[in-house]
Amino acid sequence: MTAPPASLDGQFPSRTVNLRGRRRVSETVILAFLFLCGFFSILVTVGIVYELGKESLLLCRLPEFSVFKSLTSTRWQPHTGNFGIWPLANATLMTTATAMLLAIPLGLASAIYMSEYASARARSVLKPILEVLAGIPTIVYGYFALTFMTPLLRSIFGRDVVGIYNTGSAGLVMGILILPLIASMSEDALAAVPRSLREAAFAMGATRLEVALQVVVPAALSGIAAAIIIGVSRAIGETMIVAVAAGAGPNFTFNPFEGAETITGHIVRISGGDLSYDSVDYNSIFGLALLLFLVTLGLNLVSQRFVRRFREVYE
Amino acid sequence: MKAGIWSFDSNPEGRHRRGAAWRKGLFAVTVLGIVALVTLLLNILNGAFGYAALEARVDPASLAVDGVPLEEQSREQLVALLQATLSSGAFNKLNTDKPFSERSRTNVYDLVLERIVRPDIRETWNLWESLTRLSEIRAFTQSEFPEARLQFINWLNPRFVTRPQTSEALTAGVRTAILGSLWTILFAILLAFPIGVSAAIYLEEFATDNRLTRLIRTNINNLAGVPSIVYGILGLAIFVRALEPLTSGEVFGIVNPTTANGRTVLSAGLTLGLLVLPLIIINAQEAIRAVPQSLRQASYGIGATKWQTIWSHVLPGALPGILTGTILAISRAIGETAPLVVVGASTAISFDPASPFSKFTTLPIQIYQWTARPQAEFRSLAAAASLVLLGLLLSLNAAAILLRNRYSRRS
Repeated sequence: MTAPPASLDGQFPSRTVNLRGRRRVSETVILAFLFLCGFFSILVTVGIVYELGKESLLLCRLPEFSVFKSLTSTRWQPHTGNFGIWPLANATLMTTATAMLLAIPLGLASAIYMSEYASARARSVLKPILEVLAGIPTIVYGYFALTFMTPLLRSIFGRDVVGIYNTGSAGLVMGILILPLIASMSEDALAAVPRSLREAAFAMGATRLEVALQVVVPAALSGIAAAIIIGVSRAIGETMIVAVAAGAGPNFTFNPFEGAETITGHIVRISGGDLSYDSVDYNSIFGLALLLFLVTLGLNLVSQRFVRRFREVYE
Repeated sequence: MKAGIWSFDSNPEGRHRRGAAWRKGLFAVTVLGIVALVTLLLNILNGAFGYAALEARVDPASLAVDGVPLEEQSREQLVALLQATLSSGAFNKLNTDKPFSERSRTNVYDLVLERIVRPDIRETWNLWESLTRLSEIRAFTQSEFPEARLQFINWLNPRFVTRPQTSEALTAGVRTAILGSLWTILFAILLAFPIGVSAAIYLEEFATDNRLTRLIRTNINNLAGVPSIVYGILGLAIFVRALEPLTSGEVFGIVNPTTANGRTVLSAGLTLGLLVLPLIIINAQEAIRAVPQSLRQASYGIGATKWQTIWSHVLPGALPGILTGTILAISRAIGETAPLVVVGASTAISFDPASPFSKFTTLPIQIYQWTARPQAEFRSLAAAASLVLLGLLLSLNAAAILLRNRYSRRS
């Protein structure tokens, strides 16, 4: 603060007015507490990285473990020293791919319909339904996969072809789970495209479809990409559907009608049994969790970058 | 853009026709979401009701006393029957669990059914089959299980909700699981609500735009995207293993052999708390941001300090939004299964959780365990438990919507 002019000083010789706020100890304490709470989220991340890293390091120290072997081998049997990640990773990729094959086209189509075609009233019905669909616990989807989707697939393709547990059924139901996520995020992106772009295209004589597919969708592409990446990340981390319907036991297969255990499914099965600390199983599920964490973290960061780019353009 | 050129020279009628066709297609696909939802619900309803062929080990008719059938006997008669039929050890054990003088007639009747009559389920049919193929079912039961009695079972009956878990499908209930869910949610909220709201206040009202703040924000967004099973692993490592003395109650001098070394209600609740923390922070941030700036300026204008402004003006305005977000976070936590399996939910407990250091099971875990069993009757139980879970979530969401509506009407 600058000092008041000398002439005023003379007029009020006995009172100096201090306009600075008094320091209040209680406010500082509160601020410190609030900051700690904000910082707590960092501690959670550090905790995740530390714990996963520590146990994974123990896994890496095992004489029979080698990163190269585990990335090339197709046998996952921690007890016999076989740490080939591919049976589990392949099942995860298969269920994720099946889910995305269903969720991307359907999710995008409903997003386009809701944003470009639907009346405000129709949207006010459709959006809550998608929200409800997204809010159903995944274990209920798992039950649905096992008691509806699998019998359906078996009656279509034949009981000899489709197993009781199979990655296809789990993937399809996972697609239904991911669909609302992609639809709702893409719809937000489409709705954020400025009206002026649409009006310019309409003025040139474009039909509604042409405006939607050739103007609005390309303009919202980075937002849609973010939605798809988040969807993939959700699908990779999704657990209960695959734990119930995809099968128990690592199995390296490209047949969607065969049972195979995903990374998440394996973690659930191993930790649901008798798990003793510091056993190979214990360390290996931490290693798998670290892999999951890093992959989903990477996908989430990429998705956030897309969202930021999208915002920079239009907001 | 190159793509725009090709459509320019095509005829307008064709373009409009294509537009109309696409419109129908897009609409059909959107409706598919509704179809999926309806199918899912119908599938659960289909599983929760239906006929079952029951074969009793002891014919209830043979238990009639003086011509009074079993169903109409008094409590004392039923107790006497139990005493006469069961071994004295088994009878005394039941009496120690809860004295017969304190048990209700229904409870004693259930015991008679469970211990003496012991109906076994030979075959079950779902609702659709029960409605459309009743004569086939009758014929099948007659030829395959001539001893069996065909009974329409409503798996979702009031007693299903009030009975504890047992290993017999006919007498199993979800009371233990519901109580377990409520206990874990309580601890999740006790952890996540104060920390989450405080963090949101810090980020919205105090934080300056520096590197640390940006790191915290990015980090919260990332935490919201971490798969729930990773939180389970974190809970296993920290709450179950590292903090075992605390989460098993040893620190507080509670030595209870049933507390399965840190795999307790408390550990599960704290794990779920970490899981929903980012959701609560993000929702609370939005609610705080929605409070108009003019409110804050008016408060500063009459000389309030920053904290006085936040406590008396910002928080009351943001509270409905914060609560809505918290309810949504709770409904996420109630449906979570995977992290709790990893933390170590018990496979079979028949007693209610009584303290933070009890073993636990929750509704979704119960559904998982029943779904994973090969027998069809347990699938029916899973369907009934799913309906209970969905009902719980529906009422929570209705509460959130009511709050949101009240909030938006006021502002």
